[in-house]
Amino acid sequence: METEKHHIVPYRVYVYILIALVVMTFMSIGITKINLGAYSVLGAMIFATVKSVLVLTWFMHLKFDQPLLRFMVGFVVLLFFAVIFITFLDYYFR
Amino acid sequence: MEHVAQHSDPHYDQEASKMGMWLFIFTELLLFGGLFIVYAIYRFMNPEAFQMAGKELNITIGAINTIILLVSSMTIAMSTSSLQKKNKGLTVLLLEITIILAVIFLINKYFEWGVKFDHGIWPGSEHLLNDLGKGEILFFGLYFVMTGLHALHIVVGLVIIVVALNKIQKGTVNADRPSLLENAGLYWHLVDLIWIFLFPLFYLIH
Repeated sequence: METEKHHIVPYRVYVYILIALVVMTFMSIGITKINLGAYSVLGAMIFATVKSVLVLTWFMHLKFDQPLLRFMVGFVVLLFFAVIFITFLDYYFR
Repeated sequence: MEHVAQHSDPHYDQEASKMGMWLFIFTELLLFGGLFIVYAIYRFMNPEAFQMAGKELNITIGAINTIILLVSSMTIAMSTSSLQKKNKGLTVLLLEITIILAVIFLINKYFEWGVKFDHGIWPGSEHLLNDLGKGEILFFGLYFVMTGLHALHIVVGLVIIVVALNKIQKGTVNADRPSLLENAGLYWHLVDLIWIFLFPLFYLIH
């Protein structure tokens, strides 16, 4: 048997992550209530990105998984941003 | 006839099973990613129309549904811990809470869409096509497709969680064979992850 000892995440860690996620949800609602123009979209997106990193690392266990999985996730995210970047280049310079 | 004692030990590879699930999740991420790019381009081309149309959405319902999904993500994540701790009763309870939260999310969605229908807004509705501009048509088209596709994922996730719950009760999913629950959890977190971006992009435009 070569079953590795799996890391068991304590319940309270999940509670902390949930609290952080809920707080950031309200902060992103708050930031869009203030009129910051284009920056409010940027702010809401930054909160969403931080929230998704928390979900990926803790809820989806990437922190405790083999590094290859983290690499694969990073690669897909980069691929996605590359497609966004190229698409917007196309639309800006038409 | 010689009797060879057949040792039945079906192959079980937790790591491979997890990687397979992640590969599937990547296809899902790129599916929604494509839709997010469509959204970004159309919003870039129709900024005012998207802002006007976004005001039609109810931030309170959106926020409540966000919290519901976040809490359900926590309960299913906790259930993977409690399964590893061999606490079957707690695992079952946490999954039941997750299921109830998912159903509440869908009920909220039902009422939310119902209000839109009452206002005469649905894909191809007369009010949308005759009285509203192109940008609004695009916004509500994307709204119905993306939240609809997301709700479909909630339904699928619900079915997977019910199956996992059944197998945990039967004992075929247990601390030594937790893959089905872990993959169900990954799928559920994916649904949460997509909503984290849907919420600010559709509800928080002002």
